[in-house]
Amino acid sequence: MEQKKYWQSFGEFTNSESFQKKQQDEFQEESMAESLGDLANANTARRDFLKYLGFSTAAAAVAAGCEVPVKKVIPYVNKPQDLVPGVSDYYATTFVSGGDAIAVVAKVRDGRPIKIEGNTLSAINNGGTTARAQASVLDLYDTARLRSPLVKGNNGFTAASFENIDKSIADGLAAGKVVLLTATITSPSTKQIIAEFLAKYPGSRHVQYDGVSYSALLEANEASYGKRAIASYQFEKAKVIVSLGADFLGTWLNSVEYQKGYAAGRKINPANPEMSKHIQFESMMSMTGANADERYTHKPSEAGAVAVALLNALNGQTVTGVSDNVKKGVEKTVAALNAHKGAALVVSGSNDVSVQLVVNAINEAIGANGTTVNWANPLLIRQGLDSEMAALVADMEAGNVNALLTYEANPVYNYFDGARFAKALAKVATTVSLADRMDETTDLCKYIVPSHHYLESWGDAQVKEGYISTLQPTINPLFKTRQLQDSLLKWSGSTVSYHDYFKNYWVTKLGGEAAYTKLLMDGVNEPVAASAGTAYNAARLADATAAISSAKKGGKYELVLYQKVGVGEGRQANNPWLLELADPVTKACWDNYAMISPAAGKELLGIDITDRQQADTYEVNPEKPQVDVKVGNTTLTLAALIVPGMQKDTIAIAVGFGHSEKVGMAVKNAGKNAYTLATSTNWNITTAAITKSTADKYPIAQNQTHSSYEGRHEVVKEELLAAYKKNPTAILDGREAELKAWGGVKDFEKEGTIYGVYDRPGVKWGMSVDMNSCFGCGACVVACNAENNIAVVGKSEVMRFHDMQWLRIDRYFAGDPNDADSIQTVFMPMLCQHCDNAPCENVCPVAATNHSSEGLNQMTYNRCIGTRYCANNCPYKVRRFNWADYMGADSFKDNQEFGIVGGLDDSVLMMNDELTRMVLNPDVTVRSRGVIEKCSFCVQRLQEGKLKAKKENRILEDSDVKTACQQACAGDAIVFGNVNNKESEVSKVRTENVNRLFYSLEMIHVLPNVSYLAKVRNSDVLAAGGHEEAHDEEKKEGAKEAAHH
Amino acid sequence: MIYHRPFSRLVVRSLFSIVFLFVSFVALAQPNGKELFEANCKSCHAIDANLTGPALRGVEDRVPDQKLLYAWIKNNQAVLATGNKYFNDLYVQWNKTAMNTFTGLADADIAAILKYVSEAPPKGGPKPPTPDGGNPDDKAAASDNSLLYGILTLILAIITLILLQVNSNLRKLADDKDGIPSAEPIAFYKNKSYIAVFAVVLFVIGGYLTIQGAVGLGRNKDYQPEQPIYYSHKVHAGTNQISCLYCHNGAYEGKHANIPSVNLCMNCHTTIAEYKGEELFKEDGTKVDGTAEIQKIYKAAGYDPATKKYNDKQQPIEWVKIHNLPDHVYFNHSQHTRAGKVQCQTCHGPIQEMGEVYQFSDLSMGWCVNCHRESKVNFYDPKTGEGNKFYSIYEKFHNDIKNKKVDSVTVEMIGGTECQKCHY
Repeated sequence: MEQKKYWQSFGEFTNSESFQKKQQDEFQEESMAESLGDLANANTARRDFLKYLGFSTAAAAVAAGCEVPVKKVIPYVNKPQDLVPGVSDYYATTFVSGGDAIAVVAKVRDGRPIKIEGNTLSAINNGGTTARAQASVLDLYDTARLRSPLVKGNNGFTAASFENIDKSIADGLAAGKVVLLTATITSPSTKQIIAEFLAKYPGSRHVQYDGVSYSALLEANEASYGKRAIASYQFEKAKVIVSLGADFLGTWLNSVEYQKGYAAGRKINPANPEMSKHIQFESMMSMTGANADERYTHKPSEAGAVAVALLNALNGQTVTGVSDNVKKGVEKTVAALNAHKGAALVVSGSNDVSVQLVVNAINEAIGANGTTVNWANPLLIRQGLDSEMAALVADMEAGNVNALLTYEANPVYNYFDGARFAKALAKVATTVSLADRMDETTDLCKYIVPSHHYLESWGDAQVKEGYISTLQPTINPLFKTRQLQDSLLKWSGSTVSYHDYFKNYWVTKLGGEAAYTKLLMDGVNEPVAASAGTAYNAARLADATAAISSAKKGGKYELVLYQKVGVGEGRQANNPWLLELADPVTKACWDNYAMISPAAGKELLGIDITDRQQADTYEVNPEKPQVDVKVGNTTLTLAALIVPGMQKDTIAIAVGFGHSEKVGMAVKNAGKNAYTLATSTNWNITTAAITKSTADKYPIAQNQTHSSYEGRHEVVKEELLAAYKKNPTAILDGREAELKAWGGVKDFEKEGTIYGVYDRPGVKWGMSVDMNSCFGCGACVVACNAENNIAVVGKSEVMRFHDMQWLRIDRYFAGDPNDADSIQTVFMPMLCQHCDNAPCENVCPVAATNHSSEGLNQMTYNRCIGTRYCANNCPYKVRRFNWADYMGADSFKDNQEFGIVGGLDDSVLMMNDELTRMVLNPDVTVRSRGVIEKCSFCVQRLQEGKLKAKKENRILEDSDVKTACQQACAGDAIVFGNVNNKESEVSKVRTENVNRLFYSLEMIHVLPNVSYLAKVRNSDVLAAGGHEEAHDEEKKEGAKEAAHH
Repeated sequence: MIYHRPFSRLVVRSLFSIVFLFVSFVALAQPNGKELFEANCKSCHAIDANLTGPALRGVEDRVPDQKLLYAWIKNNQAVLATGNKYFNDLYVQWNKTAMNTFTGLADADIAAILKYVSEAPPKGGPKPPTPDGGNPDDKAAASDNSLLYGILTLILAIITLILLQVNSNLRKLADDKDGIPSAEPIAFYKNKSYIAVFAVVLFVIGGYLTIQGAVGLGRNKDYQPEQPIYYSHKVHAGTNQISCLYCHNGAYEGKHANIPSVNLCMNCHTTIAEYKGEELFKEDGTKVDGTAEIQKIYKAAGYDPATKKYNDKQQPIEWVKIHNLPDHVYFNHSQHTRAGKVQCQTCHGPIQEMGEVYQFSDLSMGWCVNCHRESKVNFYDPKTGEGNKFYSIYEKFHNDIKNKKVDSVTVEMIGGTECQKCHY
């Protein structure tokens, strides 16, 4: 079956010298002598050393002889009835950030929320979460949160009491003409409070402003459908999905819902193998694009032309005005769309009204209106209009605004004309910020009344019309903060608390207290799913196509701004978990950078990445050459990352970075603010100028490229849908042939080894990962961080390949780096495989890692002496070593220092703060310096699940145990359970999909307990390694073999 | 080379004699009843008090048939299966709490235990006079024959030394006779052989003591700190028979047993404001005023017994934590009390007799693992409907029991001694 060449880095692609050298070492360290530097040359004599040794031994003996410290145990005076210390409670609430809202369940342990799970009662996310929702619990304990109301005086901000600040603000508001500037508010009760508040002050208004604008989509929908709203996109009903630059699996609108729907169409039913076809037209290499079956790249300035070409082709006209590759793509796409009318969907990520109008026309033509574009319950999470914001700035400049209240809005930072907004802000007499931290806009305001974190708040949210989810506090407010609603009620003269208001609102609405209690308990109240279309109006279409065809052509290079799946628009910027989450495509973290194509790399930087030597020089060191990106008068100097799959003349830069230092310790020095490059809310910028910078190289921390599989390419398996249909057993046959000499698939365990075969009575844990529904979003990675107390190591440590994440998502490219459209990407979650014949276990000199009767590869920290033999011997490279005391677990302060090499980053020290440490899971040991750690299959959950079953006197069920990664996944890619139980889901998945099942590196007989289901691609070709592409299949096989031997 | 020979021979000889000493020491050792009792019986039985199982004093009178008694101690399940009336009645009387089996004990071991039980002086109260009219201290009885062995060892060692000296003198004489010139006599403290022997002995003894000391670090068996309130488990759990779980309900629900909150104390102490029971004494013999101790609860709760009203001056009680496990150990009470049906006293000792609580077990890993090796898993028996259905997934073991391959399954057999059962 092997026919592709996969590569994680260009070095691997060209098999360069450094790459080969790199394969020798598990942990790429400077040699001891190098890192010790002066120490090696120090003139401490041997005798002195022995004296020190003797003294420290004696000192330790004396210390050990001391009394054991007295520990206190202090019970409650008055214990809340339902609380049992040591037992977790779960409260349904809603993750709210900007307009985003995801129904979640917060795990509260001894009064502290420590983990966020998706709420399975919600039909929208059905238990799925995003990386940001997972990481949000850490924001609660952010050291940069404001701790009391503040008033600006001549010497900066001073703390104030609520009483005093309320009085001052009330005076300021009295003059009327108040503007409340917020992100999209989806809460119905809050909207009512806002209306009451505004009514109190004549000439006031509410302006909604989203950092990432969807204004064009709203406006186009108003023109086409008469509704200024966003339809519910039903990806699960679409057989053909066409995305014009929309990153709908990562950052576009309600991605968690779209992941669910999309995954439904990507799951393969072995009895009737069918799947949706996903075609992506885009300029940059987005995560969604990386998942597409077919992908066509175009210049950002052609985005409109592509949409028009698609519409024209659907109407039977010839395709003009686009490049040849796109033309070919449009023709194929139209054929697919025509074949699936009523079961097709086209979405566009453009913030250009014309493009969105054309897309609406396309959706009308393919019968999407009322099927995949569902108007029964429109999406409400983005309501900000560019025109309103523009009018506000103009009003502020004209002095027509007396008071401005901002909440979850940071235009000074992320408005395309932030500087102008900042200037206009100075003309407003009373400025009040309700932000939780000193962000760029808040810093310029006069009064700050910090808001609660959502985990401290009451509230409600309405993601889609009629889909209600509620918030309830899971912890007492940590600081002197007050939530928006309470502040507005106070300032509108009401004496009611928001909690009472909220309760009254829903009791009235639902008709009774019982219904209200149920709503709080469930966290959601949702209508029966409905489907409806709406009347389409093509009136503005002609104008739109005309506008597109007359649009200016761009320069040589063009720029797109995008959001990273972790950091997004930068709202949770000071979150170390999100900052350390590797970008799915570039695998870089802690920074933003300019993504450029290999062709641009050659032109701009003179680096030919298909040349071994040059690829080496560029790739091996974290330091990358920088480019100057100039738009108008703004220049940003950023490191350039050469990324295959980028359109050759496109540069892509992520927003959300480059915050001011006051936003937090972790975000300090992380990247640069790319919002400053925007010329409007449309992020396709055609007028950018890019040159090689004269500045020094800048290091970028990437966290996949350093682990090597030693050229074993059997790590991933993939095939085409057509081939799978024709010969469903191809992969199984391949395994059979490969293992034939050792008893074949059936007897491989016994025949392939000289070791004995062990019984696994009772439980045997196993995991199955469906690579067809893993999109690389990283929600699982953050969930794993939160559940298992995994250390944040900071950029400097990631650069030294000391990253600690137990679960990583490997990204493989295949195809010709010089042909962007040929690039195919595979995402593979890689974690400890819990091998039954584990190579790590038999090299441990102290048996700190060994096997359990339940099939777990156990890691015992208190026994580990840190030889790292296990990590060297792990074929999957999933073991992590604690090079320093990242978590502050040791009583020796010096274990956080590297002496000569340097200390730990601020972000790591922030995670060691008493406040931040409240997020730690008390059921999991915090690892100290010098021990190895790795995925434990969430053993604390397994033990808890088994205990639950024992207490209830019944056998173990699937629902008792869910690993953190499994629970977080919106695509349901991960299934986990007891494989000894033939009725468990994991057993069923394995037997039903036996044709797609494979074990990574199966032939080395490590017997993993994690199985994968091969990726099936609904495409015509499987990309091969660049040079082999032209050959037919058999020749490729031969060439691959030749390349290996 | 010749020069070295006598020296090396001597070293070999002295090593031999040391080994001989050790071997003879071991050979002389008889089964130690006290040690065996403490290792095997103590977690469930006391000599004079009922714990998880009945008090053991007089057991030989209750079961005169020595063979039966030995069979019962080795494998009680087998005895029960024979339908023996006395033991079946006893089993029912003790709430069908199954006793561990001790198939590993030899008859001599059991005899030693029973001897120890019969000879042990009753704890507390007047000590019975011994035949010679003395009143031996507990400690002296406990130190058994070690002293004797020690003296024996010493005597043997001296004899060995003398013999060695004699040997060397004789050889010297013989050498003189043969005309072989002998080396200059050296003082014994300069004699390398002696130094070597001394160093080896020092190393062995010192090493043993160091390791024992290091192993014991952080273990606090018998730790009995003074608490802010003299709370007597003897009064509450012993005299008044309050269920452990009434206050420590966490032990049944989750990981921590939990010290009860003050409001829980007040459930009873709103009406019980005065202590009227037996006199209370601290460990050091000072008398305790029970009523004054109850007043301390009122203070913590902010309660005025006169007006029966609470004020807002409440303050939590800072108890001293007695049972401490290292941070890298996960221990869950409910796993043991609810799933494992282990009695509190198994680990906490005769808590119902403690005025002030002390740490009964050493809470060491060896102690945990030993219990996991011996404890039976509560397998589900479809005939009686007893046992935990969770374990029905262990089909292999159920079949083994059915086929009489094993008669019971221990915690160890289902993986109860694996690292990641407690360390993660």
